[in-house]
Amino acid sequence: MKVEVDKEKCCGAGQCVMIAPDVFDQGDGDGVVILLRDTPAPEHRDGVREAVAVCPAAAIAIVG
Amino acid sequence: MVVGAGAAGLATVTGLRGNGFEGPLTWIGAEAELPYDRPPLSKEVLTGARTPDQIRLCSPEKVAELGVDLRLGTTVTSVDVDGRKVMLSDGGVLPFGSLVAATGVTPRTLPGSEGVHTVRTLDDVMALRAELSPGRRLIVIGGGFLGTELAAAARSLGTEVVLLEPEPVPLGLAIGAEVGTMVADLHREHGVDVRTGPGAAVARWHASRGAFDGVTLRDGSAIAGDLAVVAVGSVPATSWLAATGIDCAAGVRCDEFCETAVPGVYAVGDVSSWYHTGFGAQIRLEHRTNAGEQGLYVARRMLGLTSEPFTPVPYFWSDQYDLKIQAYGVLRGHDEVRVVDGTIVDREFVVLYRRGSRLVGVLGVRRARALRQWRAQVAAGAAWSDILATT
Repeated sequence: MKVEVDKEKCCGAGQCVMIAPDVFDQGDGDGVVILLRDTPAPEHRDGVREAVAVCPAAAIAIVG
Repeated sequence: MVVGAGAAGLATVTGLRGNGFEGPLTWIGAEAELPYDRPPLSKEVLTGARTPDQIRLCSPEKVAELGVDLRLGTTVTSVDVDGRKVMLSDGGVLPFGSLVAATGVTPRTLPGSEGVHTVRTLDDVMALRAELSPGRRLIVIGGGFLGTELAAAARSLGTEVVLLEPEPVPLGLAIGAEVGTMVADLHREHGVDVRTGPGAAVARWHASRGAFDGVTLRDGSAIAGDLAVVAVGSVPATSWLAATGIDCAAGVRCDEFCETAVPGVYAVGDVSSWYHTGFGAQIRLEHRTNAGEQGLYVARRMLGLTSEPFTPVPYFWSDQYDLKIQAYGVLRGHDEVRVVDGTIVDREFVVLYRRGSRLVGVLGVRRARALRQWRAQVAAGAAWSDILATT
């Protein structure tokens, strides 16, 4: 699995960080997403799928 | 069948397919457009920073992949719950097993404001954008989230802006007078003519040769303007459910599982009023985040994949110039606001909201990480006395 985030679209809700903290973080100030691992470990992949589904800005994509 | 092709409808449809539902799925959308994201409309789409194509949530290929019978530019005019069928605006009649209402809201208007802009759809924003240019003057009626965001976006295009709010402070009811005052100051610094209080209500609308050319306020002042937009809230789009007997007085009334009094009929997104067991109250949210979460929840619920009630922690954000306001919880109706981190003057802070003896919400500016730390306590409805003891 390969993950991409779009920092322009990100609205800083932090949903992804709550669901998959090993994969996503957010900036201190504006809360914009920081991708910690673009190839998540197998045990984190379900979390990434859920984060994609609930992201209010549709800013996360699984690209491979 | 899913009625409504915005974010909530899309989340329901993708949630159903994503969780293994293989049966027939009909999806009806009033607009001619494939689902798109609404929050950017009053922000980047109005400023031109993003094109309509950049806010699409769903491509034609994705629709094909989902295997849905999508009917755009079509509305449901009425529902026969006993016969389990819907009547369509094009004269068609379609059967359903389960039905999900995701029809959102329509902008409220004011007496005499016919022909004045409102903003809900992509078409609405493109029509407004076409009339904005440097040197023209826009009158924004309503200082809520939509009105203030429209004012900010219009200013960045060089348009002169007058913002009218009959409450003492823009956003005062939504996020409190302290933070609302900061937003008003921000707008004034950017050259917006912000007028507040009962005198700032529109008393008369003026037109010249059929075209809007200004308003007279209740305090007697006349304001000339080239165009106006009314942003005074919205009403749930429920008229199509009138014959069902479902209580739609304040949104489509649902239980804690987002199901109406008619078994197999659900409501999601802005139109849904459901019983939040965590808050112990019927609530309705016009938040983008909720549309996605509630759509996914109802998909899972319909498929028997969850027996838990729907109890999200509400989240919303608003962009005003270079400032992003973020909040968790239900802030409206709060009794007290308290700064716990930073200062409002510096525009870098976290504030907590008390209602009764409980923490009900938290709002932050340029403090996203600190803000998120409070989310769990908002979710738990932490006792205010415990909060005070630790801050």
